[in-house]
Amino acid sequence: MSHILKVIAQRISLGFLTLFTISLLITFGVELLPGDLAESILGQGATPETVKVFRAELGLDEPAHLRYLNWLGGIVTGDLGVSLASKREISELVGIRLANTIFLGGFAATIAVPLALFLGILAALFRNTLFDRAINTFTLTTISFPEFFVAYILILFFAIKLGWFPGISNISTDLSFGDKLYRTLLPATTLTLVVLAHMMRMTRATIINLLASPYIEMARLKGIRPIKIILRHALPNALAPIVNVIALNLAYLVVGVVIVEVVFVYPGLGQLMVDSVSKRDIPVVQACSMIFASVYILLNLSADIISIVTNPRILHPR
Amino acid sequence: MNKLKTVLYSAPWSARFGIVVILIFSVISIFAPLIAPYGETEIIGKSYELWSEKHILGTDNLGRDMLSRLIFGARNTIGMALLTTFLAFLIGSITGMIAAVLGGWVDQIFGRIVDVLMSIPSLIFALLILSFFGTSVTYLIGTIAILEATRVFRLARATGMNVAVMDFVEVAKLRGEKLGWIIRKEILPNITAPLLAEFGLRFCFVFLFISALSFLGLGIQPPSADWGSMVRDNATLISYDDITPLLPAGAIALLTVATNFVVDWMLHKSSGLKDVN
Repeated sequence: MSHILKVIAQRISLGFLTLFTISLLITFGVELLPGDLAESILGQGATPETVKVFRAELGLDEPAHLRYLNWLGGIVTGDLGVSLASKREISELVGIRLANTIFLGGFAATIAVPLALFLGILAALFRNTLFDRAINTFTLTTISFPEFFVAYILILFFAIKLGWFPGISNISTDLSFGDKLYRTLLPATTLTLVVLAHMMRMTRATIINLLASPYIEMARLKGIRPIKIILRHALPNALAPIVNVIALNLAYLVVGVVIVEVVFVYPGLGQLMVDSVSKRDIPVVQACSMIFASVYILLNLSADIISIVTNPRILHPR
Repeated sequence: MNKLKTVLYSAPWSARFGIVVILIFSVISIFAPLIAPYGETEIIGKSYELWSEKHILGTDNLGRDMLSRLIFGARNTIGMALLTTFLAFLIGSITGMIAAVLGGWVDQIFGRIVDVLMSIPSLIFALLILSFFGTSVTYLIGTIAILEATRVFRLARATGMNVAVMDFVEVAKLRGEKLGWIIRKEILPNITAPLLAEFGLRFCFVFLFISALSFLGLGIQPPSADWGSMVRDNATLISYDDITPLLPAGAIALLTVATNFVVDWMLHKSSGLKDVN
């Protein structure tokens, strides 16, 4: 048992080390810019005074290591600084939007994960039939599609032609939960289609792989029905790799969210980040990147830990 | 030529479809100025004109011919994706092979840098870099090339390692050959096949990545025609039940699917895998 705790502790510290390196990259990346950031953003017409004020605002007149320590201290205490464009507190801007993004991601995950498992199991059960091939081709094509293509096709059919759902998901805090679900259904479906393929194919592959093992053959020879073999015998052993793939795909969801939010004008973190990039509102971009990177790393880390904990070979080393 | 013919005949329908689509797209992008009825940035009518005989696919938000923009967009988008992928392969495969041959601390340093770069989602990383440097095509190509190079590095290093421990590499080292010679003459010829298959896959990623950034308004800048930004610029038409803005998006999807089909077939052939029941 102590062995596994050691391995997990190693992974977690490695994760924090990565986060630390990334925070360095996010803050010191500004230094890589040839010339001066303030001049480059304000353009050539800026007077020396405005450049000076701007530098003071960004904290560029402080030495880099002090700026980094201030920024890190701010992140830990929840004070993310002030937006350059709107002069508002970044923590205030980010707060609601982060909650909205998590809502959208969570919604997509609650559709995608059970659906992927269900389709994967069905495809494994009816492998190499027409059903299997159809579902395979369908999912393969959806991964090759850009997210915005899937999103606009859904808008065209369900929002414009049929008029069932709104094509723009403007949600606010005073909406009821049901209303929120209704308005976010199209973006959530888009995200689902994007991540479904990989999860489903992994589920199918893992189960088919297990079906070749001797104990399954034994079960089959005993005369157990195929569906029972898969659910009772194969699935429990396939769970570990499947959970791993799910965690990896949730990490992907975090990124896919950016484009989907822009298409549906959904008030989430991704849209805030894209807007801030075009306005070159650096403090907001830095805060958003740090949040996205942390979530991504944490999800990858948990995928890593899950696969360690569920692997008996690592649990009981010889 | 005959050999090529037999190979093509043995290809499944999906791969043949892929090859045909890729050929058509390459012809269109190479001969774009000859095929397009109007110029790339030429304003020839009112904005959002409907499909007609004069403008087969109508006009865009600024009154430019949609079909001509689509044709020139093929050239810009595919050209840029190809250039970026080449650059990524140049950086990734050279550093990967160096890491495989030298090993030791060089390998460690390259490996750790790649680990950090891969631990951030590429889209987020690209957005961060673009906010620092502003939206310029040079930085865009450079950033994506470096991010994609990390994946190529992993592959080149892993496959290169297997070759680097072979006797003939040992002999070359003992002969006193330099690093550059060993990489070019000993390692590279032996890892070309997996690198080539990876090229197709990485091209798809880069292509989708550039389109996504252009769609967000941060990629290829106007007035150059580009499929991602064409979707964004004309997206309002969708609310009027007009499928025109879906055409550039569909073109992106079609090329990606086609490339995936061909890569799938190549991987299948080179691995010698047969369908297992």
